[in-house]
Amino acid sequence: MKYSGEPLVVLENVNKYFGDLHVLKDIDLAVGRGEVVVVIGPSGGGKSTLCRTINRLETIDSGKITLDGLPLPQEGRALARLRSEVGMVFQSFNLFAHKTILQNVTLGPVKVRKVPKAQAEQEAMALLERVGIASQAGKYPAQLSGGQQQRAAIARALAMRPKLMLFDEPTSALDPEMVAEVLEVMTDLAREGMTMIVVTHEMGFARSAARRVVFMADGQIVEESTPEEFFTEPRTERARDFLSKILRH
Amino acid sequence: MSALIENFDAIIAGFWSTIRLAAMSAVLSLLLGTLLVALRVSPVPVLRGMGTLYVTILRNTPLTLVLLFCALGISNTLQLNFDVEDPAFNGYWLAVLGLTAYTSTFVCETLRAGVNTVPMGQAEASRAIGLTFAQSMRMVILPQAFRAVIAPLGSVLIALIKNTTVVIVAGYAEAAFVMKDMLYESAGTVVMVFLGFAAGYMILTLPVGYLTGWLARRLAVRR
Repeated sequence: MKYSGEPLVVLENVNKYFGDLHVLKDIDLAVGRGEVVVVIGPSGGGKSTLCRTINRLETIDSGKITLDGLPLPQEGRALARLRSEVGMVFQSFNLFAHKTILQNVTLGPVKVRKVPKAQAEQEAMALLERVGIASQAGKYPAQLSGGQQQRAAIARALAMRPKLMLFDEPTSALDPEMVAEVLEVMTDLAREGMTMIVVTHEMGFARSAARRVVFMADGQIVEESTPEEFFTEPRTERARDFLSKILRH
Repeated sequence: MSALIENFDAIIAGFWSTIRLAAMSAVLSLLLGTLLVALRVSPVPVLRGMGTLYVTILRNTPLTLVLLFCALGISNTLQLNFDVEDPAFNGYWLAVLGLTAYTSTFVCETLRAGVNTVPMGQAEASRAIGLTFAQSMRMVILPQAFRAVIAPLGSVLIALIKNTTVVIVAGYAEAAFVMKDMLYESAGTVVMVFLGFAAGYMILTLPVGYLTGWLARRLAVRR
């Protein structure tokens, strides 16, 4: 599935408050099927919140979010079904600590998608093979390195066969030498045509895998352009300021 | 010493009743306590309120009152009985009812402390793969919460075993009931009888403490 321009996720006029803090201000964003969008910007700018509203881990106060043309369900089973179609990868991995890597990957398919256990395990092993940690299948999360845990978390999300993958700062909690192995998996995924929304500061990844960069600051989308354009010729002062800070060192 | 030896059969029968009482109440308290904690952390305000109300009332009522209410209120006044024809059977289940109603609140609160040790991200990850609240509780949150509080749950079980002595007020014949009879009959050996029964309770409670301590170490969730 390659990028076709047909929108998969659409946010219209989305607003969200944390108490008095206006964290998302009139956000309009459409992400096409097969598109990879990188969301970048200073911390506290609303990137993670934006990412989390799309599978309703955060509720919104006004506006509209649709996935595949349908508005996000409010709660209950319909919401659980929606979430099963949207993969999510967290900064802190969040693998189920009391389950082995294999059990982490098969839990969703068996309990939510009702795939027979043997088949789920077979598919899980194939996914673990794909992210390069098949040999760790029987271990518990705490026995793995951060990079391995994050790759397992990606496999867990992929096991649900999602329409869309959300990555919320997937490499921010990793030691530098483990960032590459995770980005590699993500780049492969992008190349295969997965629709991805990635909150990250990894410019290398943005340049090689993203079709579009969205720059967010103070709860607003300040600038949207191609990675090349954004990193070489940012249009806004805010973006120039941000880039000068992260590029200086 | 002779008082203990002469009454050995009665003592064993008494402690056997204690064990039956404690074991049944423990199982039912764990079940009811788990249900209560699910209510108390549920996203539905009405359910949370029901759980909180129950725990607040039962946890703050003296066990003596709870058991007397079972024996006098439920059985005598309201005439709600398990089996009127069989007083021993009826007394047993009324006592189990009271002990369970009371102990489950402590199980609930202990488990709730365990739920609080489970990082927020575990619940978010389970929601993110599409598990419902009940599935996420059953498969992800509670298993980790249980493992975190096995040792404190052991303390709750020990308290339960010792609390069976309060059943004396409800007239069911467990170990403390036997002891009370013996104290009336053999006034000269009071200290010996006390020591003997104290040792008897320790034989029941010490293994619970060691076993739960061992399980807690063995099943600890590494993060």
